[in-house]
Amino acid sequence: MHFNPLGDHAITISIGDSIDEATHRLVRAVSASLDARPPCGLIDQVPAFASVVVHYDPAKVPGKATTSPYDRMVALIEHTLSETRAEILGPARLVEIPVCYGGAFGPDLDDVAQQHRLEPSEVVRIHSSGEYLVYMVGFMPGFAYLGGLPGRIATPRRSAPRTAVPAGTVGIGGQQTGVYPIESPGGWNLIGRTPLRIFEISRDEPTLLVTGDRVRFRPITLTEYQSWPSGS
Amino acid sequence: MTLRLVTGGLQTTVQDLGRMGQQRRGIPVGGAMDRIALRIGNELVGNDEHSAGLEASLIGPSVVFERATVVAITGADMGATIDDVPIPVWYPVWAPAGAMLRFGRPRIGCRAYLAVAGGIDVPVVFGSRSTYLRAHFGGYEGRSLQAGDSLQTGRQSALSERIGHAIGSVNSRPTVARWSIGVSLRPAYSAEPTVRVISGAHTSLLTAPSRSKLTGSAFRVSSSSDRMGYRLEGEELTLRNSVELMSEGVAFGTVQLPPGGGPIVLMADRQTTGGYPRIGEVARVDLPLIAQLKPADRLRFRFISLDEAQRLYLDREYELAQARAAISLRHPQGTS
Repeated sequence: MHFNPLGDHAITISIGDSIDEATHRLVRAVSASLDARPPCGLIDQVPAFASVVVHYDPAKVPGKATTSPYDRMVALIEHTLSETRAEILGPARLVEIPVCYGGAFGPDLDDVAQQHRLEPSEVVRIHSSGEYLVYMVGFMPGFAYLGGLPGRIATPRRSAPRTAVPAGTVGIGGQQTGVYPIESPGGWNLIGRTPLRIFEISRDEPTLLVTGDRVRFRPITLTEYQSWPSGS
Repeated sequence: MTLRLVTGGLQTTVQDLGRMGQQRRGIPVGGAMDRIALRIGNELVGNDEHSAGLEASLIGPSVVFERATVVAITGADMGATIDDVPIPVWYPVWAPAGAMLRFGRPRIGCRAYLAVAGGIDVPVVFGSRSTYLRAHFGGYEGRSLQAGDSLQTGRQSALSERIGHAIGSVNSRPTVARWSIGVSLRPAYSAEPTVRVISGAHTSLLTAPSRSKLTGSAFRVSSSSDRMGYRLEGEELTLRNSVELMSEGVAFGTVQLPPGGGPIVLMADRQTTGGYPRIGEVARVDLPLIAQLKPADRLRFRFISLDEAQRLYLDREYELAQARAAISLRHPQGTS
């Protein structure tokens, strides 16, 4: 584990150099420790694939002014982390996401199938049979980076990104799959849509997925999609 | 008190100092682009520094104050007047009931802040009143203000009341206070500033010529710059070898270098994480200089150490605390 400045108000704690579950568990343990015993001066923390960024206010870090706020903050974080225990982590939640695949919701499903010489129904079966892990949430509100896409349906991003992808659209981009939480431009291959609100600011927990969740996709029919209770 | 928007301006939004503690949900910090300008505005009218104000960009709004109040304009000098009385930036002003604030042309900079006694009272969304335009939440209905909108202010503090009385208008004309905050606290806005940066995680990966271009040449602000990031155009910068990076947390002022593009300085509405090489980190005290740049303005970078950047910040915070104490002392209890 090493520390580096990210400007004069943040510190990057580097925890590993690859995307794997062992690193992910360490990231979560560090993040949980910082939540349990936040060092004085901490403003926010951002866990990612293999790092945690701590945002802090240099004017609020206690200690003698003979050392820099950065050095003092690193010492405080090290002290907090010396008590890190893996058992802080609770059991992972399993979140099931219903998806209406293909049709108008998944205009690229046939393309993806063709690229892999599969039937579209096979792509759906493969996509919905795996279990995925939320490695991190970031980039835009509620956007979960999911690991675990079977290599057989990994598909490069489209050469021409779309200017507006509707919220709830499920896509494949390279080795990753995910759900667009809000309408945004996007270059992923769109294979379906969920009726669930991935990001809803009026909910107590606005993001459906949080770091560490396990995720499964379940195929639903267009009729089921249309009759899905709103607000869920 | 009610503020009535007669015109909305180009992009006028409700902003405070941003959302803290929500970045792990991918929710950006947001808030005022020029944070020191909003903070000083709040001090001048007797507000808590976390109170919300209006951020007006390039073309300011026209606003009617339905009751007498204390206001301050800070940040860019956009030629503000209240009932045709010219209003200097960085001064508290007493505005009579029914007075109308208007803006003219920006003289220098492009973002003016309006602080009002009591602050702008819109619903708090995840700890902040800031408007996040991209996802349409926070502020006033998650959008920029338009003609016909009405905003409420919060309850004004006892200090705000004393500041108002001390300005002491006798003829119900808009009146500018005779005091302000120290000139050294006001950022030295310029259309071609030199901005101090600290080394980033990948600064050492720049080729030697790119490293000298980064500090030796001027960069132009692209027209596609916005509250999320400032895109810079200029000499091409290249890395010694390409790197595959995993997405991780970024900060206000992170200078990213996407492949084949110019550098991007991440600003208030930046995404929470990023995966591009980070070739510099703008010193906190110089972020206001960038926040006030318009498309086609130019900037230069100069590297300083982390220690120096933090010293500059601590010095400025100390000076701001002194200014806050001075405003309280100038308006002791029992004077209203």
